[in-house]
Amino acid sequence: MTDLRIEKPSRRLLLQGAAAGGFLLALRVPPARAVEDAPKPKFGADAMPHGVVNDPLVFVSIAPDGIVTIICHRAEMGQGVRTGMPMIIADELEADWSKVRIEQAPGDEIRYGNQDTDGSRSTRHFLQPMRECGAAARQMLEAAAAKRWGVPAEQVSARNHQLVHAGTNRSLGYGEVAAEAAKLPVPKPETLKLKEASAFRYIGKGELPIVDGFDITTGRARYGQDTVLPGMLFAVVARPPVFGGTVEAVDDSAALKVPGVVKVVRLEGTPPPAKFLPLGGVAVIARNTWAAMQGREALKITWKDGPNASYDSDAYRAAITETARKPAKVLRKEGDLDGAMAKAAKKIEAEYYAPHLAHATMEPPAATVRIADGKVECWTSAQSPYSVRGELSERLKVPMENVSVHIELLGGGFGRKSKCDYAIEAGLLSKAMDGKPVKVVWTREDDIQNGYYHTVQANKLEAGLDADGKAVGWMHRSVFPTIVSIFAPDPKQGAGFEVGMGLYDTPFAIPNMRIENGAAEAHTRIGWFRSVINIPHIFAAHSFVGEMAHAAGRDPKDYLLELIGPARIVDLPVGKDSTEFWNYNEDPRKYPIDTGRLRKVVELAAEKAEWGRKLPPRHGLGIAAHRSFVTYVATVVEVAVDEQGNLSVPRVDVAIDCGFFVNPERVRSQVEGACVMGMSLATKSAITYKQGRVVQSNYTDYEVSRIDDAPRDVRVHIVPAGLDVPPSGVGEPGLPVFAPALCNAIFAATGKRIRELPIGTQLKA
Amino acid sequence: MVKLRVNGEERAYDGDPAMPLLWYLRDELALTGTKFGCGVAACGACTVHLNGEAVRACATAMADVDGQAITTIEGLSPDGNHPVQKAWRAINVPQCGYCQAGQIMQAAALLQQTPQPSDEEIDASMQGNICRCGTYQRIRAAIKAAARGAA
Repeated sequence: MTDLRIEKPSRRLLLQGAAAGGFLLALRVPPARAVEDAPKPKFGADAMPHGVVNDPLVFVSIAPDGIVTIICHRAEMGQGVRTGMPMIIADELEADWSKVRIEQAPGDEIRYGNQDTDGSRSTRHFLQPMRECGAAARQMLEAAAAKRWGVPAEQVSARNHQLVHAGTNRSLGYGEVAAEAAKLPVPKPETLKLKEASAFRYIGKGELPIVDGFDITTGRARYGQDTVLPGMLFAVVARPPVFGGTVEAVDDSAALKVPGVVKVVRLEGTPPPAKFLPLGGVAVIARNTWAAMQGREALKITWKDGPNASYDSDAYRAAITETARKPAKVLRKEGDLDGAMAKAAKKIEAEYYAPHLAHATMEPPAATVRIADGKVECWTSAQSPYSVRGELSERLKVPMENVSVHIELLGGGFGRKSKCDYAIEAGLLSKAMDGKPVKVVWTREDDIQNGYYHTVQANKLEAGLDADGKAVGWMHRSVFPTIVSIFAPDPKQGAGFEVGMGLYDTPFAIPNMRIENGAAEAHTRIGWFRSVINIPHIFAAHSFVGEMAHAAGRDPKDYLLELIGPARIVDLPVGKDSTEFWNYNEDPRKYPIDTGRLRKVVELAAEKAEWGRKLPPRHGLGIAAHRSFVTYVATVVEVAVDEQGNLSVPRVDVAIDCGFFVNPERVRSQVEGACVMGMSLATKSAITYKQGRVVQSNYTDYEVSRIDDAPRDVRVHIVPAGLDVPPSGVGEPGLPVFAPALCNAIFAATGKRIRELPIGTQLKA
Repeated sequence: MVKLRVNGEERAYDGDPAMPLLWYLRDELALTGTKFGCGVAACGACTVHLNGEAVRACATAMADVDGQAITTIEGLSPDGNHPVQKAWRAINVPQCGYCQAGQIMQAAALLQQTPQPSDEEIDASMQGNICRCGTYQRIRAAIKAAARGAA
């Protein structure tokens, strides 16, 4: 979400970066767009560090046998980017997909453009540059063939890996002219002939299998946990159980007696705010992971817990709930809320609470670092490889050009692997072992107890209805510890990018409104989690919409549409402050809040779900809709709650409008998965603290949905869009709407209103 | 000394007999297809076959596999075309893919015992295998496709 460190690359590094690839095509300094003194524009990809690169010589190489190798510079964590990004290039290149190979880029933003894979940004920011890349490569091949034949380039066209001369029907394979093509100038963007959407072979079809399917299903796929190097050592770290704690004393005599243990190393922590720096603690380095784990068991550590030792979730909840009851910082005001509430025929209010969450990626964090001849090499699964490189350079005091970061598949990311504390640990430990390769393995317990946690949140909502049940007033106040607390000392309020997720940006057509944010302190590491603060904000706001519909005696779907109001652009003052409209850092002229699109997904989801259909007893339908990551999603959940209070979800219908889409097959899989993750956080998952320590430790007590309790049948309905509708996020926006849709369905089925997540045993009472 | 067969090869191990099979496979044999997910038999990512039965390698001590035959995802089929693997690819089950080796090993064991499983039998067999990406409906579809011989 936020990358607070922006590298200032040197010219030397630019050349170094270009040389590192070593591909068949000629070496070339990356294009002007990535160069350091370009002015920093305001929105979208251009506002990201190192922007975008559209140079075919960076992303495409073609061997004499015609095999096309396409670089994927974004990290794969299940969203399908290693299939989607290369597919865009291959399509414009008129490449035969069976002759395309994918290679993962190392961390090098100077060469590849921004690589920070989060914020549901890959397709949104790279559709156009990847198209340009493919088209430029195609035109270079056409020009090379034309030169070979001595004919005008316009008479040569590329079709499915063949270059054909129209006049004579002569043809050449891509591999036959690749070397000559690489020596030609790269066509300027304005001379590129991009395809019409109707000419796409792969884009928009969803017919290609995922590129890693064979490796994944045969165990060949490599993740950060899977690195194997000659002479590699294995480390686990005992980290302070309380955030900000330190080691007072350690007795490692028993640990050092464990067979296989090689060394015990103290790791210094950094006092908060420590950004992505490690927590510190005591590392045990051994000849295998098991020995390291046994050695850690045998350590006798006296911890100094520090100021967060009294963090207690029950007490904290009471405190932020109390804060949410009092007037707070006003972020947005429309009309005269107090006046409208005084005149309202009916007033309702409610409080909602949602707990900390852990990402609990199936692959716990892991990284391997080796230092040899002054060069640092890292293998890891990380969402932001260039941040890993920068941090290793800084912490190990090795220049950037001597640090390389190889990105393996991520066994889940969800925001956790944007924070590279584990890779820094590996670097420090390799250094402590004179550069020997050291793999740091986080156990599940480490992951659950020493993570970066989704924030905890209290919400208070109030609404006034007139005599006809129409909403005349809306007050939404949220209180939560901010993600900024890992970057800056003691911030008290939500940042613009946080309140811009489901609080400030409410699209409702209610004349009198006040949006507020209360102060809260952080006592643990707060970090972004898939779809971030949309989760608690939209759980609260859209559960409350259900409560308003009930108070008005109206159908919840019709009432939601009435709140959204007529199709229009919601015009808000744009900026990064919390009193301004953040808009996911996108240009509001390109990505406005368009209530027409929001209405459309509501109507589509309702239609596909057969809203109003007759249901068995104790079944209910619930709906919620939200725009996040500039994508519009509406979800209808069907729930069944039995007499004992056991709930199940037989069916979900999701309508998504993500603008122009590349791979609908992966759009569907992301939304299916978002519903399962939504089910987990709605029904089961919570991180809680006692005496500063995380209570949960593994999947046994930090529970997530399994096959027998996950939604049974998720049906995804994608709104078709042409190239005129810019692409928007897919990985995250399916998530926030699930919990309120489920809770509204539970109310329809049972009359019980859920105001606290997870649902846990609340229906059993 | 523990003697065992892994994917048809004879192996001998003389380290800590309490070490879980998982770490022997991953750290000693570099068979990293078997994944570490939880260490307490709660997620199924490390599922392998012990004499044809699905077990969690993270909770199976080396002492307990003496004289036994282990199959990992790398040894499930010589060419990667076990019906379950083919079905998984035909339906594009994986997202991040990290849990899928365990899911596939569990599903292959299920179909070995119950060639035409019902939804309830699939639930009962597969509920020990977590997928945090949430691919469960495709896992169910792929098991049924493999059972039909459709892939």
